[in-house]
Amino acid sequence: MGASIEDKLFLDRFNVHETSHLKIIDGAVCIDDCEQQLCLYICPANVYRLEHNRISINYEGCLECGSCRIGCPHLNIEWKFPTGGYGVRHKFG
Amino acid sequence: MQEKYDVAIVGAGPAGISAACVLADNGINAVVFERGEFPGAKNISGGVLYGHDLARIIPDFSQKNCPIERNIVESRIWYLSRDGGYSVSYRDKAFESQRRYNVFTVGRAKFDRWFADQASQKGALVVCGTVVTDLLRDENGRVTGVRTDRPDGDLNAKVVLLADGINSPLAAKTGFRQEPSPSHVALAVKEVIDLPEEVIDQRFNISSGNGVTIEILGSITSGMNGVAVIYTNRKSLSLCIGANLADFATKKIKPYEMLEIFKTHPMAAPLIKGGKPAEYMAHWLAEAGFENIPKLYGNGYLIAGDSGMLFNTLHREGSNMAMVSGAFAAQTIIDAIRKNDFSRSSLKNYESRLQNSFIFDDLKKYRRFNPFLAHHPEIFTSLPEAMGFAAREMLTVDGTPKKKKQKKIWKNLRKNHSLSALLRLMWDGYRSV
Repeated sequence: MGASIEDKLFLDRFNVHETSHLKIIDGAVCIDDCEQQLCLYICPANVYRLEHNRISINYEGCLECGSCRIGCPHLNIEWKFPTGGYGVRHKFG
Repeated sequence: MQEKYDVAIVGAGPAGISAACVLADNGINAVVFERGEFPGAKNISGGVLYGHDLARIIPDFSQKNCPIERNIVESRIWYLSRDGGYSVSYRDKAFESQRRYNVFTVGRAKFDRWFADQASQKGALVVCGTVVTDLLRDENGRVTGVRTDRPDGDLNAKVVLLADGINSPLAAKTGFRQEPSPSHVALAVKEVIDLPEEVIDQRFNISSGNGVTIEILGSITSGMNGVAVIYTNRKSLSLCIGANLADFATKKIKPYEMLEIFKTHPMAAPLIKGGKPAEYMAHWLAEAGFENIPKLYGNGYLIAGDSGMLFNTLHREGSNMAMVSGAFAAQTIIDAIRKNDFSRSSLKNYESRLQNSFIFDDLKKYRRFNPFLAHHPEIFTSLPEAMGFAAREMLTVDGTPKKKKQKKIWKNLRKNHSLSALLRLMWDGYRSV
């Protein structure tokens, strides 16, 4: 197997804001009601990880595609753009 | 912000900047809000751009240091099985001379920045690092300006152009465009792989400054409805792979793992060998089709480009539709300013302009193409393997009579595909293009 997602994100430049632009609306829904937990699979930056029986958000590496927002079976993700000037910053695009 | 602008544009991509250029050329004061640190900082496409449409906005673009990567002289199409693949390609001398820069590759971080500079030089104001978080509306629901995330960030305008791209929380929040369902977008990831210029020239058999595009279908998208591409840049290759988001959700395949598998395919691996990954990005492509294009205008606003889901999947045309729809929106706004009427009925001309152009013509013509792919999963599963089997058998010289080989190939094909299913595939395919 080739490069990991961590290797890939390491190539990118991010201007990380101190607060997350992504928020799970109700954490209990993810654990109690969401069998599929699609965020763990569809996110191209592996932002969502299952840790100690909760979903953690590693918003620092978010590529801002929006897939989690519309792909979450419970629409349980509050998704805003990072504050102006923050977030991923393409070099080549 | 105290000043009043005639036009507020959301997003400094090809649609927003084209509009800003046309407005500035006509002496109308427009302000463009871009959420990235600079125009292009958030933008990404496969990387192909079209000179005919750019020349409508900047006629002498090739003499103005436009950051062109390579002029495309050859297009290839691959149909891949797991271990091999078919390739067809077309190259033409015309693309090196009189049709030079009709199609070329760009890196959007550089191109969009250059394009926005052209708009600034014409007199448009481009404000970066600013997110438009809401639209201002009067008591009748008419759009009267934008709310930004800057302090004192409200700005009034006579008309607002939404050119904020396909991923638009603003559209969803304001209801101007429905949030897409997962089956209405494809999620694509892209890796830029650095290679020396002369190595790219050699591997693609091209002379300096010229380039090749490769569009790829088959089992490469792990059975999902999707596509991959390899495009040549001056000193790098762009590798993209994507599939319908609903398919990703069903299969639970991780996009970056699919990209890594793609890089090991025997057709792709020799082209990228020794290259150094330089950047990794993700983006959506509109797959909703002609029927799901939102209402592109209303009282005090217009929508252009990706934000309006204007994308032709089959011919990977999106940036040109963005530029042309942006210019149409600007022309409509110019008429509205003359009439001093920014109502829905005054802006209706925008739709007529789109209807009378290649944009609606093409989107209408290919409206069956996305459903065709979605209804024929065999294109991405059993068919490429059966076709690979056929070629491998015929090309292996082992003393077996050809007639016997043909029988074997036919039997293998029929294992997973009934005759009626094959005829249906051909008929639907023919109708979709």
